[in-house]
Amino acid sequence: MGGAEQAVARIGEGPDVVMGEGAPAASAPAGRASAGWKVLPIVEGLVLLIALVLPWVLQDYLTVFATRVVILALFALSFDLVWGYAGIMSFGQALFFGAAGYGVALMARDLNVTSILLILPAGMLIGLTAALLLGGFLLLGRYPSSVIFVSLGTLTGSYAADRLARGWYYLGGQNGIPSIPPLTLGSYEFEEGPVYYYMVLGILVVVYLLCRFLVRSQFGLALAGLRENEQRIAFFGYKAQHLKAIIFAVGGTIAGLAGSLYAFHEGFVWPNMLGVVFSTQVVLYVLFGGSGTLIGAVIGTVIIEGVSFWLSDNYRDVWPIILGVLLLLVIMFRPLGLVSFVLGERERVGSFGKGPNKKGPNKAPKPKETGNAAP
Amino acid sequence: MPLLEAQGISKVYGKLTALDGAALTVGENEFHGLIGPNGSGKSTLMKCVAGAEVPTTGKVSFVNTDITAFTPTERARAGMSLKFQITSVLPTLTLYDNILLALQAHSSLFDLVLSRTRNRLHDQVMTMLTQFRLADRAYDAAAALSHGQQQWLEIAMALAGKPRLLLLDEPTGGMSLEERRVTGELLQPIKQHCSLVIVEHDLDFIRDICDRLTVLDQGKVLASGTVAEIQANRNVQEIYLRRA
Repeated sequence: MGGAEQAVARIGEGPDVVMGEGAPAASAPAGRASAGWKVLPIVEGLVLLIALVLPWVLQDYLTVFATRVVILALFALSFDLVWGYAGIMSFGQALFFGAAGYGVALMARDLNVTSILLILPAGMLIGLTAALLLGGFLLLGRYPSSVIFVSLGTLTGSYAADRLARGWYYLGGQNGIPSIPPLTLGSYEFEEGPVYYYMVLGILVVVYLLCRFLVRSQFGLALAGLRENEQRIAFFGYKAQHLKAIIFAVGGTIAGLAGSLYAFHEGFVWPNMLGVVFSTQVVLYVLFGGSGTLIGAVIGTVIIEGVSFWLSDNYRDVWPIILGVLLLLVIMFRPLGLVSFVLGERERVGSFGKGPNKKGPNKAPKPKETGNAAP
Repeated sequence: MPLLEAQGISKVYGKLTALDGAALTVGENEFHGLIGPNGSGKSTLMKCVAGAEVPTTGKVSFVNTDITAFTPTERARAGMSLKFQITSVLPTLTLYDNILLALQAHSSLFDLVLSRTRNRLHDQVMTMLTQFRLADRAYDAAAALSHGQQQWLEIAMALAGKPRLLLLDEPTGGMSLEERRVTGELLQPIKQHCSLVIVEHDLDFIRDICDRLTVLDQGKVLASGTVAEIQANRNVQEIYLRRA
């Protein structure tokens, strides 16, 4: 029993524990990074470059697979914001993903709405609303809610939605809602393939940049305080519960966007999209790639999905075992995920002060002095 | 009218009575020491004042407002600040960001998302760091600081929001003699705008810096008065002699 409690406590501390263990290993690249050049933009640029050329080198059926991965990466971003950045244990992120998927599938089936201009905002709105309701209940209160309450509450929400969908005839029960028509823009239809791929890649890039802006803003600094020591920042006067509910809602919105893209891409929705399967899968993506870095969430999704795809083709019987062992190895020896091989701690956490001064406080005033002397 | 007035504070944990009708009164710009033997309830009283614990009975007033039921966030917004006994600087953030985090706590959400107070707060961050002799390490991670420097950083963070009352739980814990002396120097100037409650084991430090003292013993107030009065108090001498 004691062991289980300890394990739960460790999970509860989340990123703190992970950071503590990973810090010594990660300190070497940190020195390199602070010596002048930054690794992160290079990694991000490389990933984008690969993503851009992919449809040219892949066969068509693989482009369809790659599209699915890009959508899942968007889903992973939503979870990373909530867990990796704000430290909220959301084990039910699929609830927002699936609820939006089902919602837009119903719009297509019952209302014949397929326009991308209506479907995507609707998906985001469904994700946002669901996250506000669940987050409001789990996170808002006079005193902070316990980690167990939040993690079990989100998990239960996702599980309950899954059961509900399975038993509800209107939602298609076990089979879900099949044959969703293609997404449209005017008379144009988005079919599976390169066009859909570039469309979702474009959305991923935009959302990624928005998230990047957010986590590097002063709000991002507040999030860093939140995940490292929630009690401490409450004593500074932060409304910690509000911060949590806000980022939870942002995460729900992005998950809803991903869910609606997923529903139209696959052409059907089924109860797993809402449930524990997808909720845990997204945890693995982020853990594997590196929580608390946006690019880590993307890389984790790509690698897990890619390896699963390849293994399930070539080692049909043993692939879940191989994948499980791989994941365990990373979590045990690289608790900060794959990106920690190249990314130092300083760059991962980031710094939030005035930009030009980061390289040394002395550099900023000098140009000013010369500027003043000139006239 | 005193700045802080805590009256009849009791705190019971199961069978253990940590505080039994303790009281604490602190005036404007007063440095007030809270002393007493181990287990006398100093830290518990501090926590009840700061909002980290809710007293079983009793009332805490701050700036003429009953704050007994306030959350820590509400107390902070009312002008109270706390430095924890265990240093809780945010180790992975730079010193600069630690201070900025404390300074921007009252910025609106809109300002935070758009980083609109970043430039305005820059000078304040550097002033705080300079005041606490940490400016040359502004861009190092807080984890790289010595224990004493982490304590200073934390005091700086606690002061960042310009509180009217600062609660310091063992500010010199684990410090060298020289670091204690510097801590005393660093605290002196804040007297112009802030009152202070210090829980501290180092009686010399307390005597040098404080105006008034409250002595706790077994959860009750044994004596309260100026430093000279307390030093002359028989009962106080006795409990400290008894311990020695």
